[in-house]
Amino acid sequence: MGVEEIPKETLLELYGTMHRIRTYEETLAKWYYEGKSPRFDISAGPIPGELHLSSGQESAAVGVCIHLRDEDAVIGTHRAHHFAIAKGVDLKKMTAEIFGRATGLSGGKGGHMHLFDAAKNFSCSGIVGASFPQAVGVGIAAKLKGEDYVAVAVGGDGAANQGTFHEALNLAAVWKLPVVFLIEDNGWAISVPKDKSTAVAKNSERAKAYGIPGVSVDGADVIAVYEVAKEAVERARRGEGPSLIEVRTYRLRGHFEGDPQLYRPKEDFELAKEKDPLDNFRKLLLEKDIATEEELARIEEENERKVQEAIDFALNSPYPEPEEALKGVFAGGD
Amino acid sequence: MARKLPMYKAIAEAIAQEMERDENVFVMGEDIGAYGGIFGATNGLLEKFGPERVRDTPISESAFIGAALGAASKGMRPIVELMFVDFFGVAMDQIYNHIAKAHYMSGEQVKMPIVITTAIGGGYSDAAQHSQCLYGLFAHVPGLKIVIPSNSYDAKGLMISSIRDDNPVMYFFHKGLMGLGWMPSPEEAAVEVPEEPYTVPIGEAKVVREGDDVTIATVSRMVYEALWAAEELEKDGISAEVIDLRTLVPLDKETLIDSVRKTGRLLVVDEDYMSYGMSGEIIATVVERIGSELKALPRRIAYPDVPVPYSRVLERFVLPDREKIVKTVKDMVG
Ligand SMILES: Cc1ncc(C[n+]2csc(CCOP(=O)(O)OP(=O)(O)O)c2C)c(N)n1
Repeated sequence: MGVEEIPKETLLELYGTMHRIRTYEETLAKWYYEGKSPRFDISAGPIPGELHLSSGQESAAVGVCIHLRDEDAVIGTHRAHHFAIAKGVDLKKMTAEIFGRATGLSGGKGGHMHLFDAAKNFSCSGIVGASFPQAVGVGIAAKLKGEDYVAVAVGGDGAANQGTFHEALNLAAVWKLPVVFLIEDNGWAISVPKDKSTAVAKNSERAKAYGIPGVSVDGADVIAVYEVAKEAVERARRGEGPSLIEVRTYRLRGHFEGDPQLYRPKEDFELAKEKDPLDNFRKLLLEKDIATEEELARIEEENERKVQEAIDFALNSPYPEPEEALKGVFAGGD
Repeated sequence: MARKLPMYKAIAEAIAQEMERDENVFVMGEDIGAYGGIFGATNGLLEKFGPERVRDTPISESAFIGAALGAASKGMRPIVELMFVDFFGVAMDQIYNHIAKAHYMSGEQVKMPIVITTAIGGGYSDAAQHSQCLYGLFAHVPGLKIVIPSNSYDAKGLMISSIRDDNPVMYFFHKGLMGLGWMPSPEEAAVEVPEEPYTVPIGEAKVVREGDDVTIATVSRMVYEALWAAEELEKDGISAEVIDLRTLVPLDKETLIDSVRKTGRLLVVDEDYMSYGMSGEIIATVVERIGSELKALPRRIAYPDVPVPYSRVLERFVLPDREKIVKTVKDMVG
């Protein structure tokens, strides 16, 4: 299957969502540094704490989530804005959460690494490797309830060295559960390069150990991701069991904002630009006459407007009442 | 020769000097090599000692912390870094059931000279999975020594003692004390540190301010909140004694009891969770011995039993601080 066989509508949706994610991340980055200069103080500004942005890795989220329905679950990582947006999480509420406001997804209790949207079956976590077993559980629920929803567990290349990854793969395989394990390989776990931490060249090879399909795909090509993910999601939905997908991407920014990236060789920054999935896809759409410059510009303007709306919503929202901190530990009242 | 050092440099210097003195000492952990540790505790070690003795690990805490046990059983003296204490869960079996208990279970055949360093503390909006203290959890299991320095002098001396100790030591450094520049830290934490190696004994508390009316017992960053509160209380004619416990296991009961016997009042300040933790333990320790001599009921200010919320207003509300201390002490003395 090539780009020609995918409906234009779908292609523009892929582009639009990727562009919205990029616009969002780069806008957030600007807000993050508010109040953090001249001296960078992680606790200061409208967005305090760590911030892990996904610029450069959009294709992994968009290529997969386009095949999902609301009832399908996506469990992300500490770097999860792209998956949240691709899964349809409300941008305003998500932004308000990141700005610590009462109108946020969790009323300001969760924050950027802990976005929860139950209606969209989206969650994520600050603990590396946490997603894999949780997705297995969603798969069990689907099976026991006789439903055809699927679960996508996201992890970085670093997360694939966590025990949870291997335990979950085995479990999902043994029980033939509707799970897609997605390794977003950006080549780095903070400062540790993949080739210094991982015994195999590609994490997709690890699928063999658990007797499930494993595919590695170039994240610079969103269509390739789209196709591979389509097969894995459909397979899961048909009840044929789990798959493992590795998407090879590049981080356009630091591990977290403020990361001096002294460990990163120059070529890696250059490759990241060259492999930028958004740029590549834009070029492709124009070259193949799938979309015109004007059509794309319209989509881009619309995205900028949506992102600005979300930021405005957050900025105009109140902070939570301090006493809220004490509420909500238990269901059914404390 | 002494010079003022931030805590992170004092810790790294202690490790370097012990690595020079004893070839069995080596370091493992995530981003402890080229990055120098996310909080700088291994700054410069890779350059000095090379990648065999300063080993960047995959994100596999269970594997490399468990490996510390194996290495220790062969006479090595591993230092392993658990980047944030919050990540303990993935490696807890190795720590709680093996490293802590091997000496006892083996009928004293094996020794476990392991130092597990880890970052604690919040106050900068990193939310529920990156802001905890949890030393109470580790102090609870028999077999682990618990070290929690509050300034660079103690940090170096206690690190050297920890490395030379034949028992497993959990060494907790507060992110907000390290003097990192990008994370707020009280200036008072960066004190004069002698260049030459020296030890601070594990199991000795320190009276950091003398007073007559109330004993404030605490550790880590809360030492400064207590000291700032004591200054304020002095203006109102209340004289507070502040004890930096420095280590929880073993606990220097004598210094604690002597102080409370003198002041007749005890307030424990703890950034760890309230229930079943350090604050309860310290109060019980005092009350069991000299409860009948107290002039007021013992009090505690600890983290209320809620996960650390993200939003700044929520987190400020639940974090112990100088105002809460002042108010409580006035209540007790009043
Ligand atoms: C259990 C656990 N260990 C360590 C960390 C600290 N940490 C956060 S992100 C990260 C690197 C993750 O690398 P990868 O999985 O490749 O994802 P990426 O950040 O590259 O997207 C590390 C070590 C953590 N959050 N949880």
